[in-house]
Amino acid sequence: MDLSLTAPPAAPAEHPGDGTPSSAGQQNRMTPGRRIGQAVVYVVLLIASVALLTPFFWMVMSSLKSANEVFSVPINWIPDTFRWHNFVDIWSKSDMVTWIRNTMLLSVVVTFLQLLTGSFAAYGFARIRFPGRDVLFLLYIGTIAVPWQSYMIPQFVMMSKVHLTDTLWAIVLIQAFGAFGVFLMKQFYETIPEELSEAARLDGLSEYAIWRRIMLPLSVPALASLGLITFVTTWNDYLGPLIYLRTPSNWTIQLGLQSFISSLYDANYALMFTGLTISVIPIAVIFLLGQRYFVEGIASSGLKG
Amino acid sequence: MSFILPNFLGFGLLTLVPVVTLFYMSLTNWNVFGTSQWVGLDNFKRLVHDRSFHTAVTNTFYYSAMHIPLTLVVSLSLALLLNTKLRGVAFFRTAAFFPYITSIVAIAMVWNIMFSPDAGPINALLRFVGVDHPPGWLTSTHWAMPAVAIVSTWRDMGYYMILFLAGLQTVPRELYEAARIDGASAWQRFRNVTLPGLRPTTFFITVILTINSFKIFDLILVLTHGGPGQSTTVISQFIYTKGFTESQFGYASAASVVLFALCLLVTLVVFLINKRRDA
Repeated sequence: MDLSLTAPPAAPAEHPGDGTPSSAGQQNRMTPGRRIGQAVVYVVLLIASVALLTPFFWMVMSSLKSANEVFSVPINWIPDTFRWHNFVDIWSKSDMVTWIRNTMLLSVVVTFLQLLTGSFAAYGFARIRFPGRDVLFLLYIGTIAVPWQSYMIPQFVMMSKVHLTDTLWAIVLIQAFGAFGVFLMKQFYETIPEELSEAARLDGLSEYAIWRRIMLPLSVPALASLGLITFVTTWNDYLGPLIYLRTPSNWTIQLGLQSFISSLYDANYALMFTGLTISVIPIAVIFLLGQRYFVEGIASSGLKG
Repeated sequence: MSFILPNFLGFGLLTLVPVVTLFYMSLTNWNVFGTSQWVGLDNFKRLVHDRSFHTAVTNTFYYSAMHIPLTLVVSLSLALLLNTKLRGVAFFRTAAFFPYITSIVAIAMVWNIMFSPDAGPINALLRFVGVDHPPGWLTSTHWAMPAVAIVSTWRDMGYYMILFLAGLQTVPRELYEAARIDGASAWQRFRNVTLPGLRPTTFFITVILTINSFKIFDLILVLTHGGPGQSTTVISQFIYTKGFTESQFGYASAASVVLFALCLLVTLVVFLINKRRDA
C-alpha cells in the first residue's frame, strides 16, 4: 500500500496501491485514507494542469507547422518537421516591428506614469490629512466597480473634441491614471509604521522628501507588483486601441495581429500562431520572473476590497 | 492635496467627468457631428422596445448565469486543493495563473481554432472518447455562448483562485484543529469553518465576478464577434455598435447607463445580503 509521495505527481496518481517502491519515510504517519485522498488531489491537479496548458502547447506547436498542417485530420499535435522559418517570415509578412514598437512605448510610458502618480497620490491619501480626503478616496474606490465599457462613449467624445483620437496619447491618458494603482499603493503605505515619517519630519524633512527618500525605497515590492500588472495590462489591452487607433502605423500588437488574420490572403494560420507566440513571449518571461509580485499584488488588492 | 493632484487631474478628467457626462448624453440625441438636442427619456423608451437590445441583455444574463457559478466552484475547489502542503503546488499555481495574464486576442484566436468543428482538437478529443456528433461550438447558435463561458472560465479561474487562496490564509488554523478534535468530518469542517471564514472574500469575489461578467466584451468580440447571428451579442457590444459603428452616441449612452445601473445594483444587493447575514 505504499505510495511514493516524493515522486512526480503523475506516478502515484495513476495506480494507487500497485506497489510503487516506497521512498516516503517521513510520511509514515499518514493513514491509508489520507493517502488515497492525496492521490485523488494529484489526479485532479494533473488533469487541471493539462487543461490549463494545452491551448498554449497547441499555439506553440502550431506556430511551427506548415500552412495546411494546422487543420490536418487527424490532428497533428506535434508538427512532422519544425518550421523555424515561420519565425523569420513573420517579420517580413507583417508589420510586427511597428506594432511591437508602439506597444512597448505605450507599456513603458503608462507604467512609469502610473507608478509615479499612483504612489504620489497614495502617499497623500495615506499620510496627509485634508478636508474631503475620505470622500475623495471613496470616489476612487467606487469607480473600480464602474466598467470602462459604460463610460467609453463620453470619454471618446471628449477625446475627439481635443483631437487626441487616433494618437498614442489617447491610450496613455486612458491607462495611466487608474484608481487601482492608488488603491494598491495606499494599502501598502498603511503597513509602514507612522513613526518612521514622524521621525523624519522632526529631522526637518519635507513631505516630498519623506515620500522620495523613505516611502519609495520601502515600497519597492508594491511598486514591483503595480508596475508588472500595469505593464502586462497595457501590453494586452485590446479595446482601448480598437476604439482609438485607426491609422495602421499607430497599431499595437493586439490590434495588428487581429487585422493580420483577416488580411491573410492564403489563410496561413501557422503564421498567425507564430505572431501570437511572439506576442505572448515577453509576457511569459515577465510573469515567470516576477510571479511573486503578481500574486502578491492581486492577493492584497482582493483582501480588503 | 498637492500629492494627489497629478493623479487626480488624469483620473477626474478621464474617469469622473465621462461618468457624469454619460448621464447627460443619454438624454440627448448626440450624433457624429457633435450636435445634440435634449430628448428627455426618448432613448430609454426606444431601448425598451429595441429587440436587439433585449437579445443583448438576455445573452449577457445567460453568459453570467453560466460563468459566475462555474468560476466560483472551480476556483474555490482549486484554492482548497492548493491550500495544503503538497509538492508541485507552486507549479500548479503558475499554470493556473498563466491564462489570466495572456492577452484576450491570443486566447480567443487559439480557442477559435481549437473549437473548429471538424479539424479542431476539442472535437477530436470528444470523438476519441466516444461522442459521435460533437457540437459545432462557435458555429452553432446553441453552443457558441457555452463555448464563450468555457473559455472565459478557463482564463479567469487562476485569478479568482489566487483571491480565494489569500482569503483562506485569514481563516484561523485553531478553528480547524478544534473542529477536528470535536470529530467533525472534512465536509463539516468545510461547511462550518471554511465557508463562514471565507465570507468577506466570497462577497468581494462575487461582486467583481458579476461586474466582470456583465461587462464581458473583448473576448466575445474576437472569439465570435457576437455571432453566429446574434447568439453571443452582449450589452457592451450593443453599446459599441450603436456608438462607434452607427455614431448614435446618445442612444449608446442610454444603453451604457443600463449597464452602469446593473453593475451598481449587483454591488448593492450582494452588499445587503452580506450585511443581513452578518447581523
